Amino acid sequence: MASDDKPHAERFPFGIVGAGLGVVTRQLPPDEPPPLAPNADLAVIGRPVPRQNGRAKVTGATRFTVDISLPGMLHGRILRSPLAHAEIHGIDVTAAARHPGTRAVLVVARPDELTGATLRYVGAPVAAVAAVSMVAAAEALRLIRVDYQSLPFVADMDEARNATAPPVFDAASAPAGYASGFPARLNLPLDGNVRGPATDGRGDTAEGFAEADLVVEGEYRTQVQTHCCLEPHAIVADWRADGLTVYMSTQFTAGVRHELAEAFGLPLDRVRVIVDGMGGGFGSKSTLGSYGRIAVALSRQAQAPVRLVLDRQEEQMDSGNRPATWQRLRIGAKRDGSLTAISLVSYGTAGVALGAGVGNVAQALYACPNFAAAQYDVFTNASPGCAMRAPGNAPGAFGLEQAIDELAERLQLDPLTLRDHIDPSPVRREERRIGAERIGWRRRHAPGADPGPIKRGMGVAQSLWGANVQTNSACEVRVMRDGSVEVLSSVQDIGTGIGTVLAQTVAEVLGLHSEAITVRIGDTEFPAGPPSYGSRTTASITPPARAAAWRVLRPLFREAALALNAAAEDMAVRDGRILVRGDSGRSIDFRDAAARLRTDRISAVASRSDDYGGFRWRMADAAQARQDLGGVQFAAVAVDTETGVIRVERVVAVQDCGRPMNPLLIESQVQGGVLMGLSYALFEERILDRHTGRMVNPNLEQYKLAGACDTPAIDVVVLENYQANSATDAYGIAEPANIATAPAIANAVYNAIGLRLRALPMTPAAVLAALGKFPARS
Amino acid sequence: MNRFTWATARTIAEAAAAASTIVADAMTALPETAGPGDGTIVKAGGIDILDLLKENLLVPARVASLRDIPDLDAIVEEADSGCRLGAMATLAGLAAHPLLRQRYPAVTDAAGESASPQIRNLATLGGNLLQRPRCWYFRAAEYRCLRKGGGNCFAIPGENQYHAIFGNRPCAIVHPSTVATALVALGATVDLIDAEGAVRRLSLEDFFLPPERDLQRENDLRPHEILTAINLPPLPTSARMVHLRQGEKDAFDWPLADVAVLLDLSPEGICRSASIVLGAAAPVPHRAKPAENALLGKHIDESTAGAAARAALAGATPLAKNAYKTPLFEALIRRALLKAAAPIVKERG
Repeated sequence: MASDDKPHAERFPFGIVGAGLGVVTRQLPPDEPPPLAPNADLAVIGRPVPRQNGRAKVTGATRFTVDISLPGMLHGRILRSPLAHAEIHGIDVTAAARHPGTRAVLVVARPDELTGATLRYVGAPVAAVAAVSMVAAAEALRLIRVDYQSLPFVADMDEARNATAPPVFDAASAPAGYASGFPARLNLPLDGNVRGPATDGRGDTAEGFAEADLVVEGEYRTQVQTHCCLEPHAIVADWRADGLTVYMSTQFTAGVRHELAEAFGLPLDRVRVIVDGMGGGFGSKSTLGSYGRIAVALSRQAQAPVRLVLDRQEEQMDSGNRPATWQRLRIGAKRDGSLTAISLVSYGTAGVALGAGVGNVAQALYACPNFAAAQYDVFTNASPGCAMRAPGNAPGAFGLEQAIDELAERLQLDPLTLRDHIDPSPVRREERRIGAERIGWRRRHAPGADPGPIKRGMGVAQSLWGANVQTNSACEVRVMRDGSVEVLSSVQDIGTGIGTVLAQTVAEVLGLHSEAITVRIGDTEFPAGPPSYGSRTTASITPPARAAAWRVLRPLFREAALALNAAAEDMAVRDGRILVRGDSGRSIDFRDAAARLRTDRISAVASRSDDYGGFRWRMADAAQARQDLGGVQFAAVAVDTETGVIRVERVVAVQDCGRPMNPLLIESQVQGGVLMGLSYALFEERILDRHTGRMVNPNLEQYKLAGACDTPAIDVVVLENYQANSATDAYGIAEPANIATAPAIANAVYNAIGLRLRALPMTPAAVLAALGKFPARS
Repeated sequence: MNRFTWATARTIAEAAAAASTIVADAMTALPETAGPGDGTIVKAGGIDILDLLKENLLVPARVASLRDIPDLDAIVEEADSGCRLGAMATLAGLAAHPLLRQRYPAVTDAAGESASPQIRNLATLGGNLLQRPRCWYFRAAEYRCLRKGGGNCFAIPGENQYHAIFGNRPCAIVHPSTVATALVALGATVDLIDAEGAVRRLSLEDFFLPPERDLQRENDLRPHEILTAINLPPLPTSARMVHLRQGEKDAFDWPLADVAVLLDLSPEGICRSASIVLGAAAPVPHRAKPAENALLGKHIDESTAGAAARAALAGATPLAKNAYKTPLFEALIRRALLKAAAPIVKERG
């Protein structure tokens, strides 16, 4: 074992297994575990271990926030705006307060004498009550009298861009930042409802287009998609004299604790946030949210615990959504495919919020010397959007990857050949090779080649996503005298199984089975864990878990060495035993070594070290690795040219996330990403009534989510791509798996019928319209 | 959901005596005055009623359950080799019934393609036929539409991609029952029994009411009547039937288009009679008479089936966002006719 109290150099595996795995030397910070071998040489990490809480989930034993019931608990409910744009001139809550079941009443949109409170979308919170039952809360809510003055509104993005459209905000009232922690460009001009542009660029696109032999140009539209977490947004707030405890379905316990401390003027040590089971978040449970603030304020007022659960209509109407976008892409290329210029103009609307850009795929996916982007946010009288699984890049890839497909066709190049030429990523090159073989790309034929009304086609699209890290991430590992082991962090399991991955990480270090490790997470009483957004959980929390386990092992090695009459530096672990390296006859059971400890319990806490190769950037607690995550997906579709129905028959998803910690969990997450992307491509759309701005499909009956019968065969391949960056070298997979699906399907549809669908969702109505099967109407 | 009293009817007479209020009538009260009146509504499987209760669209004083009435779910072969379907038979029960599968495959297909397996296990035939429309304006308490006693249709000037392309003024709902499409094509009748045991039998086609006959009720069920059964007429052995359904999704979705056809072909393959009914097309199951007439005396092939499909859609009056339904229905009608007329391949036992 190398000396670990000062920086030292170590040799790490580096590169893609099966396509040039090599070695790289990195300088390690002090007290960092030694390099981890590739998965093939490990006992627990990299194995398809079933999730520890799987049985509890399928048998209904898992405790979700909606299952939390505290003595004396009240039920909260929010009164919401029926109007898309209105001013409140008065609220009378007297009758609601007098309802026998009422324990607290809160006016959320508080009219002041000068201007009144302005409501800017249907569903905006107006007031709230806490009562002894859900029925009483609903009854009390109906007793609140609100004096609304309706104002002109605009819910459609195109209309909102007109100079004559009713303004949603003025410069003073417009939001300046994104709701869920994404950095907003500050100080951009606001012209009517249009804010921006946020610009990006390199080189000179005018020159680039002048040099081009060929230019493709297209306009692409994407719809608003809602998160549709099966578990609704839910919180139980318990305000007490000695502190606040909040049970909440959240993607970031530690972050919510910070928000609560700030919002309610409490020191951090008086705020505790707990989450056990979670039924999805997808970006919509990243922050405390207005409903969270309301629940805590009601609990403070009532001096009793308050449970607030959004119903499905509230979920659909006001719990965040993926913004709608419009983008125009122009791409110039030489005859050989080399790109000479890309220009991007985008307008997007996150309703009353910001953050409706189309990401950085056009900027960064392909080598191109000249690039210019101008991205605008358009305010509309619609509920605030927020981050949703690969914000920006999912709609961005729908445009860019179709444009690249179109360019390949115009250049008479295979789409894969063109990408081999313009995509600098060796990872995606390997992913293209594997995926093409799996899907049978050689059998791909020209558009419309099938006889009969059903046309089949294949398409490919790629993804790009940053490898995010939260440096403010810590983990504790404890070993008891009886040899039992706990791993602790406030990191939450959003549903992807991070607890199982932590158990694997610790078990690998200690030479134990993963089931032997007790996982305690989702509680801010434990060391601060990372958020589960930005695909950063695994990258942030598994390295400190390994470091903590490695540090807690040293006292055990000392005890074992004494018992075995050997040197602590010569100790190793295997199959529940501590042994002398190179002399397997001399070993001691892990539990016997633990029994020799001086105290009942030993513990080590570690935090996330910087990437060994350095970060690309770092801002406060967030950072990004130098290398991006790739991902290539192939889709095979059948298009019925008489009914307009598109059916996806097969998807091959080839992904990478550094070291795959648990292939079973990764595969399951990739399947979810593909399914969500398919649903985005074909079915989902938030539909607002044009005359009232109200969502007409705020349920899971008329808001259409892909179901079991719509699920294609999904073939998942995950590369092992070592980058020598951390104690586990693992990264996230959530968002990369959701970016390429919709454009891969769109490109497959083009390959099937020779028509390009440039707007989502690709419904039968859209297909039949593209085929000219019914007269267009103005 | 508001409080209500629960009652369990043991007999049809008990149920009919209790059934003082038609659901449609209970839903036309002004929102301000909405509150439990003194009416009793009846509940079969409860799939639709529960939705309406949860959304506060329906606030009954009393709900009487039909589930304990014996034998109301029976599926019985009649002496004339027709078939009687008890109103409390579940969609799952219909879909899995061997005799129906053999004699009336359009019914089993339509029942089996409705909703989801969980819903089919509870949803009853009677409830399915009597369910309220799924128009998203009708289903939102915020819109007091014509069908709820208000003064406007919000769908016609609004979001109407899933609405009617026939008979869509002044109300543009589509009838929500897929099973009804098949039953009307087969010429089914419905039995309605009052508290004295008197049976009113009428054709299912006449039972459904278009908006021009009644703007607030989709059918002719009256207070103190219980829909007890659907009667399928005996069919000649030469009859061929097909039901096709197309949703946006294959899993748990409302249809964009339903088509049921019943053909009687001569041994030479000449069409002697045709019944073609479109679902999700109009406020009631829509009989495509021009298409039926176009087929009489003809061989059914690509050309005649296509001509009939075009004739069926000739009178369509699509709204701003549902013109796509025209080519979709044409395709389904043509396919259904060709499938029905195709030589029967005996299934191997």
